[in-house]
Amino acid sequence: MNDVFKALADETRREILDTLYAKSGQTLGELYAPYAKSMSRQAVMKHLGILEAANLVAIVWSGREKRHYLNPIPIHAIQDRWIKKFERQRMDALAALKTALEGSEPKGKKHVQS
Amino acid sequence: MSNRDPDFVYVTYIKTTPEKLWEALTSSTFTRQYWFGCEVTSDWKVGSPMTYVMNGEKKVEGKVLVADRPKLLSYTFREAFGESAKEPPTKVTLELEPEAGTETVRLTVTHTDFIAGSKHRPSISGGWPAVLSNLKSFLETGKTLEFEM
Repeated sequence: MNDVFKALADETRREILDTLYAKSGQTLGELYAPYAKSMSRQAVMKHLGILEAANLVAIVWSGREKRHYLNPIPIHAIQDRWIKKFERQRMDALAALKTALEGSEPKGKKHVQS
Repeated sequence: MSNRDPDFVYVTYIKTTPEKLWEALTSSTFTRQYWFGCEVTSDWKVGSPMTYVMNGEKKVEGKVLVADRPKLLSYTFREAFGESAKEPPTKVTLELEPEAGTETVRLTVTHTDFIAGSKHRPSISGGWPAVLSNLKSFLETGKTLEFEM
């Protein structure tokens, strides 16, 4: 999962993922085009290599052309491992607050403000 | 692979063997446990029908195109209800490749042949990641994640 966080900790790489989300299956040439003025082809290739190593981008060969696909599986894993967990705590806290405020606890267990 | 470029490609690495993964993908007893309660059923012979059944209701129907145990499985896929049932069937391909020198299998799922403006497409893009992460968890830990539908 370190690879995934590292890969995501870069603006250009996140941008590339957004580009692939909008249109999957792009070639290096297509992905490089928006950066042609600001970056070398080599630099974009390096970003793609990091995304590929983190399994965020999957490669399909179409003849001699390499096509890039967004692979959202590692992001899904982050959601399962890191996001849902904290959301649940927040939901529990809200549920507890609601119970306390509305006084819907079982009889004989009056809530005492702490 | 079809001559058309795939619409969706998903890759996940699972600590298991190709045989166990094949079993998990093709046996309704297993799929029920991680695939939103879906029983994926077929005799997995080329040309045979394949269905996804949830709570006794048929959700998806298709036909087996390739069944090369435990390496390659491919079938047609059509939702059995709603708007997308009117669309031509799409195609699912599952490739299982052991990672050299590890006890890990690389599973690649490609889903292709959607028509332009397919109604069926959005549910697919949300569905596979959830199914695959649940499958991984099921095979690696014996447990599935809680999920809300």
